[in-house]
Amino acid sequence: MSDKYTQFVSHGLGKDIAKRLGLPQPVALRRYQPGRPLIEGPLLVQGSTGGADELAATLLSWNLDVRRHAIPKEKLGAIILVLDELAHPGDLEKPVLTTAASLRDLAPNARLITVSRTADSAPGPATAAARQGVDGLLRSLAKELRAGATGNGILLGDGARPTSPATLGALRFFLSGRSAFVDGQFLTVSSDAGQLPGDVGKPLAGKVAVVTGAARGIGAAIARTLYRDGATVILVDIPAAGDHLAEVANEVHGTALQLDISRDDAGQRIIDHAAARHGRLDIVIHNAGITRDKLLANMDAGRWNSVIAVNIAAQLRINEALLASEHFRGSPRIVSVASTSGIAGNRGQTNYAASKAGVIGMVRATAPLIGGRGGSINAVAPGFIETEMTARIPFATREVARRLNSLQQGGQPGDVAEAIAFLASDAAGGISGEVLRVCGQNLVGA
Amino acid sequence: MSVNGPSVPRPQPAAKPAAGTSAAGPAAGPAAGAAAVTTQHVGAASAQLRRAVVVGGNRIPFARTGGAYTKSSNQDMLTAALDGLIARFGLQDERIGEVAAGAVLKHSRDFNLTREAVLGSALSAETPAYDLQQACATGLETVLGLANKIKLGQIDSAIAGGVDSASDAPIAVSEGLREVLLDLNRAKTVSRKLQVLSRLRPKDLAPDAPNTGEPRTGLSMGEHQALTTAQWKITREAQDELAFNSHRNLAAAFDAGFFDDLLTPYRGLSRDSNLRADTSLEKLATLKPVFGKNLGAEATMTAGNSTPLTDGASTVLLASEEWADAHDLPKLAAVVDGEAAAVDFVHGKDGLLMAPAFAVPRLLARHNLTLADIDFFEIHEAFAGTVLSTLAAWEDEDFGRTRLGLDGAFGSIDRTKLNVNGSSLAAGHPFAATGGRIVASLAKMLHAQGQVNGRPARGLVSICAAGGQGVVAILEAL
Repeated sequence: MSDKYTQFVSHGLGKDIAKRLGLPQPVALRRYQPGRPLIEGPLLVQGSTGGADELAATLLSWNLDVRRHAIPKEKLGAIILVLDELAHPGDLEKPVLTTAASLRDLAPNARLITVSRTADSAPGPATAAARQGVDGLLRSLAKELRAGATGNGILLGDGARPTSPATLGALRFFLSGRSAFVDGQFLTVSSDAGQLPGDVGKPLAGKVAVVTGAARGIGAAIARTLYRDGATVILVDIPAAGDHLAEVANEVHGTALQLDISRDDAGQRIIDHAAARHGRLDIVIHNAGITRDKLLANMDAGRWNSVIAVNIAAQLRINEALLASEHFRGSPRIVSVASTSGIAGNRGQTNYAASKAGVIGMVRATAPLIGGRGGSINAVAPGFIETEMTARIPFATREVARRLNSLQQGGQPGDVAEAIAFLASDAAGGISGEVLRVCGQNLVGA
Repeated sequence: MSVNGPSVPRPQPAAKPAAGTSAAGPAAGPAAGAAAVTTQHVGAASAQLRRAVVVGGNRIPFARTGGAYTKSSNQDMLTAALDGLIARFGLQDERIGEVAAGAVLKHSRDFNLTREAVLGSALSAETPAYDLQQACATGLETVLGLANKIKLGQIDSAIAGGVDSASDAPIAVSEGLREVLLDLNRAKTVSRKLQVLSRLRPKDLAPDAPNTGEPRTGLSMGEHQALTTAQWKITREAQDELAFNSHRNLAAAFDAGFFDDLLTPYRGLSRDSNLRADTSLEKLATLKPVFGKNLGAEATMTAGNSTPLTDGASTVLLASEEWADAHDLPKLAAVVDGEAAAVDFVHGKDGLLMAPAFAVPRLLARHNLTLADIDFFEIHEAFAGTVLSTLAAWEDEDFGRTRLGLDGAFGSIDRTKLNVNGSSLAAGHPFAATGGRIVASLAKMLHAQGQVNGRPARGLVSICAAGGQGVVAILEAL
């Protein structure tokens, strides 16, 4: 569902007025619906490397309408720009300018995806410069795309190839409507770990997942999305939110666990519940979080401590229990909800931003620990999302906040949930320690 | 272990063991229980009885009447309690063997209350249900009835429950108006209809408000208990202390998270609204008596040591062990046995709410148990005076000899084992919902306790009811 302004400027008079006055023209984003095609229209693979050929062949095997050369005036569903063998910034010219000629042919809600290598693993300065160049290129290009089209990039680490499972998993995520509100972002694939799902409609089939803060908003959306993707969901929230929790649990055929995650034994109780009821635990989504906003000059210990306790200390303690548990094995996955406030900062949110930046630090440091048991941990940082919480922001502030991104609209709770569901899937197994922003390429904190 | 239990000669519990009872001890397995039954006249003589276990429960917080649930109907609350239970145990779309619940204050439109609640819940619409009504014992009786069906193998799973709203109580039209309306419906011609209507008098338009008084004595329950309280010489201080303990224990249980997996918030409440965590004996002592005021100085019953009218609902998930195992669900406690009793309060032989004083000795005797063999006592606090009168009767030599047919007093209980997580004085008492509240809480306590002296922990539930009735039950830890 799009906001009222987006609806107004999408048709007839409203569309005409917005165009004449140069007002923002957000469009209704293409969002994932089970059973619908991955993309609408043909897909152009640009690049002349072996990696590009391999990738094109794989995409062809997905029954996509793959082009290796653009046909002028033909509307494209996506362009994949493969830049995996850059050695010098000069190498950018040919593939980039060839791509430029096709940009006007991109259909609404199209996708542009770069595949390149991480700069920090470059053998020399020129290669590093070329690889880092892709970062600026993609982020700028994403801002030039219109009509719901997005641009995102996949970075290959030393241990990854253009056809590694997680490369293909990320590619599928970026192509699909699952990434509707992800724009101008990179995901790094660091290894060959991971596995593509047998049934692309049920990538989480057979998995048991815990979602904290699942009673409402983004948490409820995560529970619904994981269930849709085939997972059995354990929904956790504070006892006082139990009625909403039960409602969501019954909707997604899950079990409700009323538990304050800041309790010392929360991790063990989650593990015990999962083990007793489901015999296993594969996925933990740390979504529960609170805000207690105040300018730091007016901050009191209660506000500061409660935010730190719930938003980061609880996650640390639960992860410790998880990483010590025999039930959290196989290919365990943790995904934490961070926030763009934790990246760019936000006035009045020193406590919240500290906790959310803490989540990012925790995720990076936990990656090698969980990697030891074949698992992964990542974070998702939502930008402006249309929830009950943001609905309480005063109208004018809210209206400005939701337009301040490349897609000129707020995201939906489901957009955050989609990113989380992807990172919780085995298709993302080669991605760990990453922070993926779901913010429509918010203009702050890029 | 048995359906109604192998019966023993009554009322001489001390004169046993009667045939079969020794084998029917609670520690004996189902087979032993069944063997005992064969020597008795109980119907299912050759049946291999199996265990009925409490998997868990769910209730909504209880609310004082006129409070948070003023606009909630019995069906709303029962459905909410069911949905919370379903969510806790993942029972969505599950076809449960049978659901039984009831309400004491019931609208005539709620003739199929439980089934309607099931249809409005997340359970499979193919789950059968029935209503049951036994005043305040309704909730416990649904547990016992359904447990018996599970033991007999008729069903594998069941949900017992109860609900009551004194806020949304039915109000009936007067008897005069009702007769006119019925005759009007039967009248065929206009002139006949007018003739019928002309019988209507202004006083017929006054509604018939609900009341919980005893139809045969005209006395309210509180007035009845006031007589009993005075008869057993229960002091004001003792009653206030029981009330104080109830609040203190319930508050501590909430603080410890005891109710995290027993309760689901509803309409903005996440704790029982009657709970006064900050009450004190001093505060309770300041309250004026509200019942038995004609007793003068002997009037001891206040709003503090009597339960208020309350709205709420509770549910308990019961199952066979096989069903619980197959669904990866916990087995907290076994429903061992139950017993109902009634007293002749109409002629003043016993107090209105004294039936449990007879039911408990009979039930314990059937299992070769004494009060000392019980680890948790859950004696419903209709009034503090009810609990204390019952305990006083058990400690009374004369009562034991003349009324229970024993050699002396039935016995006394260790007060530290009484209502350890609070009871109705603090939580409130939505009549039919109290049984479910107690059974689920007790099952959890028993499971946490596990073994006592090398045997499973044992709990006793005692609930008094209008009409001079009482239902009691034994649960045992698993």
